[in-house]
Amino acid sequence: MVKAKRVVTEKLVADDGVDNCWWWLVQKGTAAVFITVAVFAILVRVAVSLHPYSGAGDPPKFGDYEAQRHWMEITLNLPIREWYRNSTTNDLKYWGLDYPPLTAYQSFIHGLFLRFFHPDSVSLFTSRGHESYLGKLLMRWTVLSSDALIFFPAVLYFIIVYYKQPSKIHKSDIGWHTAMLLLNPCLVLIDHGHFQYNCISLGLTTGAVAAILTGEDLFACVLYCLALNHKQMSAYFAPAFFSHLLGKCLRRKYPLLEVSKLGLVVLGTFAAVWWPYLYSMESILEIILSSNSKTTQVLSRLAPFERGIYEDYVANFWCASSILIKWKRLFSTQSLKILSFTATILTCLPSMAQQIKSPSNRGFLYGLLNSSISFYLFSFQVHEKSILLPLLPASLLAVEEPFLFSWFMQFAMLSMFPLICRDGLILAYLASFALFILLFNAPGRRGIKECNYYFTPRIMRLTLCFCSFILHIVYLVLRPPEKYPFLFEALIMNLCFSQFVLITLCTNFRQWVLDKPVKLEQIEKKLI
Amino acid sequence: MGEEKPSLKEVQNSCGPKMTLWWFYLLAACVKVLVFPSYRSTDFEVHRNWLALTHSLPLSQWYFDETSPWTLDYPPFFAYFERFLSIFAHLVDPKIVHLQEGLNYSSNTVIYFQRATVILSDLCLLFGVYRMTKNLDSRRQKLIWSLVIWSPMLFIVDHMHFQYNGFLIGILLISLSYLEEGRDVLGGLVFAVLLCFKHLFAVAAPVYFIYLLKHYCWGGMLKGFSRLLIMGAVVTAVFAAAFGPFIYLGQIDQIARRMFPFGRGLCHAYWAPNFWVFYIIFDKGLAFMLRKLGFRIPTPKASFTAGLVGNSSPFSVLPQVTPSVTFTLVLLALSPCLIKAWKRPQQQMITRWIAYAYTCGFLFGWHVHEKASLHFVIPLAFVAGKTMDDAKHYFLLSIVSCFSLFPLLFESQEYPIKVTLLLLYSILMWSGFSSQFYDDAEASRAPAVQAKKRVGLRRVFSIGWVEKCYLIGLVVVEIWGQFLHPLILGDKLPFLPLMLISVYCALGIMYSWIWQLKSIVKAP
Repeated sequence: MVKAKRVVTEKLVADDGVDNCWWWLVQKGTAAVFITVAVFAILVRVAVSLHPYSGAGDPPKFGDYEAQRHWMEITLNLPIREWYRNSTTNDLKYWGLDYPPLTAYQSFIHGLFLRFFHPDSVSLFTSRGHESYLGKLLMRWTVLSSDALIFFPAVLYFIIVYYKQPSKIHKSDIGWHTAMLLLNPCLVLIDHGHFQYNCISLGLTTGAVAAILTGEDLFACVLYCLALNHKQMSAYFAPAFFSHLLGKCLRRKYPLLEVSKLGLVVLGTFAAVWWPYLYSMESILEIILSSNSKTTQVLSRLAPFERGIYEDYVANFWCASSILIKWKRLFSTQSLKILSFTATILTCLPSMAQQIKSPSNRGFLYGLLNSSISFYLFSFQVHEKSILLPLLPASLLAVEEPFLFSWFMQFAMLSMFPLICRDGLILAYLASFALFILLFNAPGRRGIKECNYYFTPRIMRLTLCFCSFILHIVYLVLRPPEKYPFLFEALIMNLCFSQFVLITLCTNFRQWVLDKPVKLEQIEKKLI
Repeated sequence: MGEEKPSLKEVQNSCGPKMTLWWFYLLAACVKVLVFPSYRSTDFEVHRNWLALTHSLPLSQWYFDETSPWTLDYPPFFAYFERFLSIFAHLVDPKIVHLQEGLNYSSNTVIYFQRATVILSDLCLLFGVYRMTKNLDSRRQKLIWSLVIWSPMLFIVDHMHFQYNGFLIGILLISLSYLEEGRDVLGGLVFAVLLCFKHLFAVAAPVYFIYLLKHYCWGGMLKGFSRLLIMGAVVTAVFAAAFGPFIYLGQIDQIARRMFPFGRGLCHAYWAPNFWVFYIIFDKGLAFMLRKLGFRIPTPKASFTAGLVGNSSPFSVLPQVTPSVTFTLVLLALSPCLIKAWKRPQQQMITRWIAYAYTCGFLFGWHVHEKASLHFVIPLAFVAGKTMDDAKHYFLLSIVSCFSLFPLLFESQEYPIKVTLLLLYSILMWSGFSSQFYDDAEASRAPAVQAKKRVGLRRVFSIGWVEKCYLIGLVVVEIWGQFLHPLILGDKLPFLPLMLISVYCALGIMYSWIWQLKSIVKAP
């Protein structure tokens, strides 16, 4: 093991020219690289957490920060069966728990931590809208610790697994790839600026992906089910996991046995997480309802326009096309649900079919990206923060698709810009965006290969970058005309949507091309 | 991919050293921008007040204004610098430069503006670093860049606590780079400029004087004298540009009073980790012992941090320390270096000597701030890559002096930031030095013995067990101060954690001083 590592590092030293300024990190091997990048990532996270959170000083509803704090208050002070139940002590209209039980357990644990140091911040009733220096600090530390304890190890696991694969991947990309995964500006901004715990569900998903890459399918199932039980949005990845595992099972000797094994593990994990609620059907329904009806009642009173198929302005199909087709007026909510479900499944199908047909590790990563981006573009009630989900597989693929990844990141950031502005995180946004661009273009890194540019000509790319830059400025400086108060948001979302569609098409194409290695080599030869 | 020859695109993408330097700077700048909302000390208001003062008042009033307690006490060039910045401050938000209304102004505009000026003024540091490392090989260059540009001390002092040290040290580096190139007049000129920005840098003046006298002016009666005249004229011109208007106005007394406030005590509010810490502790210990033995020792009324009040001494047993005593001690400590500089003025030694001078000033000076350790740690980074011993010394010194800055950021919000900064820097130093000397060792070894010795080479950069124990002790001191002290002693002895940090870091700095002294005396 040690010997192998040494051979690898020596090869690294030999491989990289004098000009590689990361020689001194790479020379020490994966552990040193990972630790350096991880400590830097923690530094950036702590620095971002100095900035305001969503809904800071904005009564009566505040924002996600208050929601999380309120959940800690509820889970800490009420018996476990009351958590999802509307009662005199638990007003579900005020940030009722709308995530599956694992989020509730996590809130409980974090609540214990908060109560130990600052009991006032989580006391029942009196702590509503609690804001204080210490309160903010402790809350920030809960996110930071969950990030460091779940997301970071998951990324390490993935990196180790990914670079053990016998493929043409260059080993000196380890540091760069780790930085891309850990310093994903969207994730850092949403978790440590805006305030959420996406790192937990994304970390669990990353762990599941890494487990699948090593072939530990049962372990992957457990991790993925935990991710699902932390945030139902993790279901965006479900088609990929499902099709890949099914495809694998079908190839084995006893397909039915394999499938039932996986099914049992899934059921077991779910049962373990839902154990306290299994005593009656009613309580399960309560959770399901609350997780589903996330916004229907509560938020519609707050926002001037009715929320339904999408929230605020999100760069997906329904929102982008609503300029031309007024979906909300033409169809009832029920039929919209069916419509969006059908559209999502239809767009997922090609990548699922590919994975069932010929499951492979690379194909699986592409499949994750394809299914999650389909969900983002076509599913019901998508939030702009949901872009984090397709971003995760995109960053896992960063080494193979650097251009695609940076392009995606760029427009994902733009699509979150209005949200970031509302939270007062513009400064953090600019700095972390710049940080991402710098790290992406780190000196000494091998140049991005030309073949990744094939789907847009250079002029087009520059124009689009310029457009996104102008839109940032316009959104910050200009006031929209009275008649169209959301004009700029609509412009931003349409630009992002168009790019996301291009990316979807490209990645779907890439996934299907994986099957035909001959063809791929031909393309590469042509380009060289 | 690994076997391929780099295609045309790849060659284009491997950017030149200048681009890489910018990359280092911009990466640091991003993190600096991220810490905008962090804690800022009263120095922030000090500099804001100076902006307002230089903007709203005529030159003749600058050193007399007392609207705010934070009066102008830097030399004129710094005041001109603030005047220059105030032009932009006025454009950004006129309230920043308003003398009365701007007092304790803390809106986002003023924070963003002032913090941004520090980041931009760091370009001076960048230029200094570029000049210093211009002729080094690529690897050492990058090692030094990361040591200096990503220095956690600069982060803490400049970008969180708030000061313009990066800018000033940049000027020092530019001066040093000229001296190293042998362009002595320019070096002297830039140093004179630096003195007119911040007079605390004058500690190195004796070294500069001796070095320039011997290296530049010495040799031949006529040539030497004319060169002395040139140097004198240049330096006088700089000082005239700075102080001329004030001499014309007859305010030079007032400026001197402002610049040298000897009314302050021997130590700063938080004891800088220097020699006087031991002196004070020894005095306290002695007094305690003597009291136990039955002597009647009166408790001193004066304090070390306050000014000299009449003749009362803050010491119980040991003799009083006056500014002139500290001055003599500094000169005494400097003398070996001065003799060396006189005997053999070498260009490549000048950075060491200057750093040593600032170390002496730090250890024995009057009312030293803990921040002054930047003045020698940053220049020492440039010698750190030369030999293994230098690297070991720098490794220890930079960790200790960065740790000694921790009390500057006392709020819990910044706690993880300062710890991760130091941790990251230590890891970078460790891996940087390791590979630096790994490569050096590799290069010097014959290929035949290579295979046998390879195992040993891997851990070629390592510190001795004494140093290791010392660094572990640092962690213990920190854990004691942060966690155990409040748990065990509660509110009792509130000064103990800070005192421990001072004493413990003073040990490290003393070691560094002795090490530097030794290396200077031993050098050929």
